[in-house]
Amino acid sequence: MQLFPCPFCGPRDETEFHYGGDAGNVRPDGADVPIERWADYLYLRGNPKGTAREIWVHMSCGEFFVMERDTVKHEVLSSTALGGEHAA
Amino acid sequence: MTASRLTTGGSAIDRSRPIRFSFDGTNVEGFAGDTIASALMANDIAVVGRSFKYHRPRGIWGAGVEEPNALVDVGGPRATPNTRATTEPARDGLVAKSVNATPSALADRNAFLDRFSRFIPAAFYYKTFMWPDWHMFEPRIRAMAGLGEVDKGWTSPGSADQINHHCDVLVVGAGPAGLAAAKLAAGASLSITLVDDQQKPGGSLGHRAGEIDGKPAAIWIDETIAELAAGGHLILPSTTAFGIYDHNLVGLNQRHFDGRRDTLWRVRPRQIVLATGAIERPLPFANNDLPCILSADAALAYLRRHAVLVGRRIVVATNNDSAYEVAEAVAEAGADVTLVDIRRDGMPATKARLVKGRALAAANGKLRVEGVTLDDGARLDADCVLVSGGWTPTIHLFGQAKGKLAWSEARAAFLPGDPVDGIAVAGAAAGAVSLSEVFAGSQNAVASLGQAKVVTPRSTGVEATGGIVAAWPAPGSKGRIWIDYQNDVTVKDVELAARENFVSVEHLKRYTTLGMATDQGKTSNLPGLALMAGITGRTVPEVGTTTYRPPFTPVPLASFAGARAGELMAPVRRLPLENIHRADGAVFQEYGGWLRPAHYGGRDADADRTIQDEARRARQSVALFDGSTLGKIEVIGPRAAEFVDFLYYNTMSTLKPGHCRYGFMLSENGVVFDDGVLVRLDEHRFVVSCSSSHVTAVHARLEEWRQDRFGRGAVYIHNATAEMATLTVSGPNARKLLETLDFGLSLDDAGLPHMATGHGNYGGDEVRIARVSFTGDRSYEISIRADRAEPLWAHLRQAGQAFDAVVIGLEALMILRAEKGFIVIGKDTDGTTLPHDLGVEGPRAKRRTEFVGRRSLFTEEASRDNRLQLVGLTVPQGDAPLPTGAHGIKRSGGRLRSQGFVTSSYQSPALGRPIALGLIERGAARHGEAIEIQHLGKVSTATIAAPCAFDPAGDRLHA
Repeated sequence: MQLFPCPFCGPRDETEFHYGGDAGNVRPDGADVPIERWADYLYLRGNPKGTAREIWVHMSCGEFFVMERDTVKHEVLSSTALGGEHAA
Repeated sequence: MTASRLTTGGSAIDRSRPIRFSFDGTNVEGFAGDTIASALMANDIAVVGRSFKYHRPRGIWGAGVEEPNALVDVGGPRATPNTRATTEPARDGLVAKSVNATPSALADRNAFLDRFSRFIPAAFYYKTFMWPDWHMFEPRIRAMAGLGEVDKGWTSPGSADQINHHCDVLVVGAGPAGLAAAKLAAGASLSITLVDDQQKPGGSLGHRAGEIDGKPAAIWIDETIAELAAGGHLILPSTTAFGIYDHNLVGLNQRHFDGRRDTLWRVRPRQIVLATGAIERPLPFANNDLPCILSADAALAYLRRHAVLVGRRIVVATNNDSAYEVAEAVAEAGADVTLVDIRRDGMPATKARLVKGRALAAANGKLRVEGVTLDDGARLDADCVLVSGGWTPTIHLFGQAKGKLAWSEARAAFLPGDPVDGIAVAGAAAGAVSLSEVFAGSQNAVASLGQAKVVTPRSTGVEATGGIVAAWPAPGSKGRIWIDYQNDVTVKDVELAARENFVSVEHLKRYTTLGMATDQGKTSNLPGLALMAGITGRTVPEVGTTTYRPPFTPVPLASFAGARAGELMAPVRRLPLENIHRADGAVFQEYGGWLRPAHYGGRDADADRTIQDEARRARQSVALFDGSTLGKIEVIGPRAAEFVDFLYYNTMSTLKPGHCRYGFMLSENGVVFDDGVLVRLDEHRFVVSCSSSHVTAVHARLEEWRQDRFGRGAVYIHNATAEMATLTVSGPNARKLLETLDFGLSLDDAGLPHMATGHGNYGGDEVRIARVSFTGDRSYEISIRADRAEPLWAHLRQAGQAFDAVVIGLEALMILRAEKGFIVIGKDTDGTTLPHDLGVEGPRAKRRTEFVGRRSLFTEEASRDNRLQLVGLTVPQGDAPLPTGAHGIKRSGGRLRSQGFVTSSYQSPALGRPIALGLIERGAARHGEAIEIQHLGKVSTATIAAPCAFDPAGDRLHA
């Protein structure tokens, strides 16, 4: 079981976390957003091999944050609160 | 009599405490400290099981976790199927039964199968039982093959504890390497956890010679353990480290012998030292699976720990030095010993007769060994054969941690390769042979962790040597040579796999079952893949090993389950008034994670009548309902109005304080995710009344958008669902009933109109009263502090008597809401339902501000004109209600096509006929049209109607 660093609570078991999606997947607003753009936002994911930037939520404290991790080595590279308030 | 108990010796047994247990109905006598295996051996019980496939007689092979043959089902309150007799302590009164044998291992009635063995090689089942259907053959084959049986009548004596644990260093294995590493790490002021799967620490030092720091090994072990205990370090005997998981989490299973369930430990050490030892391998010769052929090291363990001499005329076969100590020891104990060494040079022996440069060709005998044939044709009488084919380092945990293995020709084994972060390997697991090598390895393992202020232990006795010459099973060998005892895999099976091109180790494993089942190939994997290497002209490392996966040894499911069993498997959420409802005869059911009254009284056959009665009476006068499960999530802050506008499909910012509005929340793909009423308490404060079963999900969703889009300071979310109880009073006499209580606020249509909310007072507590209705009747939802709800409920019930009030459960409420065409998300909608499918078109057409799911409402798919739409379905009076899930069908050219389905269906007591809701293709434009409904081949007719079947004008809201 991996250890994820919550920026607010410190290292915790991965079972305390939920995946929230790719980081940087910015929501396009508007009823007239090109449909391809909207489909990208909704459905298309990078699934990178190697370094991935992802949104996670620590279910125990309810806080969302950005975590960078290596999908091959399962190493956690960084963990930052949304808006970059502070990092653990 | 061949195997026997000696009159003296045995470091593990307590001769003052005799015990007696039963094996296959036979009385077995032993001493406290015996394992089932050592006691069986002392009683000269040679046949202890039958093999998986051919029902060959099998005896004890090992003295530890590697045991492939001696599996037993232990009965009684501590029942365990398929447990290894070699690791299971014998205790007085224990009842053990051999596996895969009827009626007993000695007289198994399926023993005839072995005579047909040539017709049932590996993959026989795959090739033979294909036609017409495997399932036709399966029951009989399963009855003939397989291992132990689960006692279906057995119940667990409580749940297993689970413990999370942290330490600086976890040392796995308390043999010489582990003890030395623990001692050194403790000397570097680190916190140690030392685990060992044996009841007594010491590992190989428990039966192999050794002198450390000038002391006998036994003394050194006791002193080291005492030192660690005095230092406050955690020492866990009878504990197996069964797996290493991501980020070096280690799973331990600890056994207890006092009736408690095992304990599961999740350990997060900073550093792991694997001192897991090595396992002795068999040698290949014909009939090498006969009873009384066992690992040489195991024989030494039985001799020195249990004072059991395994035979009178013993042949020891070896390809390395380690068996010499065994041969000398059993000869010293009184056996006649011939040592057959495949090597021409090597050590001398003093007490054993030595035959050099020879190997065993075959073992002879039927139910047990009677002699052996050497490769030069010479025959020797023997009642026992001890075998040492070399040592396989126990690197399972290292492999699980994704450690790469390195082949050592000198050791004829895979050793740990490149280091893995946080894991060091020491002792025999790392290929060490002598104690000096072992201690040097322990020192290295600890060196990087800190400066030890203690001296590394020193071997002062005779040192063990290795000197192995590999003796792998060879292709084309004569006779039946077993590779995997537990799965009945022979040299010929591996050859067959190679012929059929299953040459990869992973394919070999699946095709022949080599290395599967409870022992996971602890003795067989390496010989099997070495044979495959020989057959295919590759080297052993070219063939490679199968993937190491947890668990190292079987772990009871109870350990993984822990407390998560029975009621705690999926805990329900409970109502504050549960006990009151129980006293009222409520029948409880789980709804979306909540335990709620389904109806009051009327169990089983009477349930339907009771529910109908509740629904009928609710329309007549007044109904009381516990709606406490309703979501109450507060949204507070300067941008709260903007926030709820974004989260809801409907515009919510125009809502006036003190009022409520019904609306949908959508997912970003436009699908209706939840519905409910939003209450605006004041300018910057809303309460989201989401569906009972969606509270957690809605709360998570609100938090996500709050943090991702609005910022922490702009909005605050507070889930107050559990803080408040909500009691609902609904029906034509709702207002009259409530006016007999004094809430200090006007409840008439002027003071509190429909979809308004107000604050009152009850018994000194603030109550919030909302005029919202899920029944279609005039309704008041009264929310009060959960811990003060009881007197209010009692008061309502007492006041209700004058109005013939009825307490209704959720089932009656479902009927009332369906009569009105009110939907339940997830029941009357599915994962494709968009808001306009439910007839709520307005916001899609008119809203100009952004909201979740907006863009998805304008796709080609969302605009399709044949979408499934919410409708009512009526059937003629006297017909039975439509089955929920039945499909509306259309016939064209003799083919049937689904046009949608029934989502809710009830008998309506108010209307005296069945009612139903459904999602039907183009349904909104087809009111009045007949449609065929099909369910399980039966077809009936219904008429499409508006969803609302009762009081369509809504007059009763104000009645």
